[in-house]
Amino acid sequence: MIRAEHISKSFGKLHALNDVSLNVEKGEVVCLIGPSGSGKSTFLRCIHGLEIPDSGSRYLDGELMDPNDKKKYGEQRERMGFVFQHFNLFPNKTVLDNCTLAQQSVLKRTKEEAEQVALEYLKKVGLLDKKDSYPNALSGGQKQRVAIARALCMNPEIMLFDEPTSALDPEMIKEVLEVMKDLASQGMTMIVVTHEMGFARKVGSKVVFLEAGKVVEESDSESFFTNPKSDRAKDFLSKVFYE
Amino acid sequence: MNKVFSPENIEFLLKGAGVSIALAFGALVIGALIGVIVAAGKLSKVKILNWLSNIYVELFRGTPMLLQILFFYLGVPVLISMVTGARVRMNVYVVALVALSLNSGAYQTELIRSGIQGVDKGQWEACETLGISYWTMMKEVILPQAFKRIVPPLVSEFITLIKDSSLASVIGTGELMYRTQALGARYYNYLYPLLIATVFYLVMTLCVSWIGKKIEKRLAVSD
Repeated sequence: MIRAEHISKSFGKLHALNDVSLNVEKGEVVCLIGPSGSGKSTFLRCIHGLEIPDSGSRYLDGELMDPNDKKKYGEQRERMGFVFQHFNLFPNKTVLDNCTLAQQSVLKRTKEEAEQVALEYLKKVGLLDKKDSYPNALSGGQKQRVAIARALCMNPEIMLFDEPTSALDPEMIKEVLEVMKDLASQGMTMIVVTHEMGFARKVGSKVVFLEAGKVVEESDSESFFTNPKSDRAKDFLSKVFYE
Repeated sequence: MNKVFSPENIEFLLKGAGVSIALAFGALVIGALIGVIVAAGKLSKVKILNWLSNIYVELFRGTPMLLQILFFYLGVPVLISMVTGARVRMNVYVVALVALSLNSGAYQTELIRSGIQGVDKGQWEACETLGISYWTMMKEVILPQAFKRIVPPLVSEFITLIKDSSLASVIGTGELMYRTQALGARYYNYLYPLLIATVFYLVMTLCVSWIGKKIEKRLAVSD
């Protein structure tokens, strides 16, 4: 469904990504894991186009994503939803308005249609009663669930998650992961940058392990966790799991 | 009771205070319009617009307001007659408003620019991932948040304008300071007119300060 080929990206002298490729099939949940600074977030941002890769190409359903073809590129990007580590809800708008703004201005839905869609997704993430609250009145977990609902309102075909639980208090993590698990079980194609190994193992269908801007290992999630091939992955797993 | 405190004289000064506040408010509004446009120029990707915006800001921030007022009143008519040959006499109220507005516009440009740039980068990215267009993003997301940040400095800008409008007295604009001096000259006693003007200026600036705090509180609802 989405394919990234030979993506490289540098920030000044720092080579964040070095010839990284990934192929994601429809309905797959791909987890990008690795130590901090390994380039996994940069890779996710490059797939979406928040960062423009220095080289390499991206294909959506076999069609090239070309930033110079503005109209088509915009339409292609609209098929992807993005969830940030720090939520990035609009603090000047209520939860409901956060979910309806883009629907009305981008998809040209009427206010009634947009609100109906928004309420449906807010119900899905269990926050129907917060629809008139402002984001700053919500807990971190609630904010992230609103952010997921806001992205889903645009009917994306692929959801990208950039460390969605890294900024949360420990007891908020589960409620967000549950929402993501539901989404996965309904067949959503997902690419998730995460440090939640339990989630990657149970919900992920494929794991990509990155280090220093390169893919070190790529395999189905069960075999990655039970039988990692590379020494680096073995070392990483032995350090993240406390036994 | 000193003759200076007669009802006619008080009314005379009150009218002057009215002119002062009208000039300051007019300059604040026109300056805000200039500020939005020039700030857009400063943030634009077009080099020539960056350039022009910078020249304007540096020119009006880097020279005294008194010079600007005198330039528009005494300098511009000479310039006009050199070009067209026509003799023009400038209206002192218009000159005062133009000079104050252009001066304030330069300061407000910087306020608005820093307000916009101070909005969290994540807000721009969230709009980008939702496909929201530049103008919708500005109107619905960025400017409302920027505005909230610039209310306090905007209030002090208004207070500065109320005080700086007194500089227009040098060209004979009938605002509070000009009238204060006129009364002092008439009675050969400047003390009482100056004291009254002090009270009037303080009433105006303290009221603005108080209203500003009210607005700030109301805007803080979503925090």
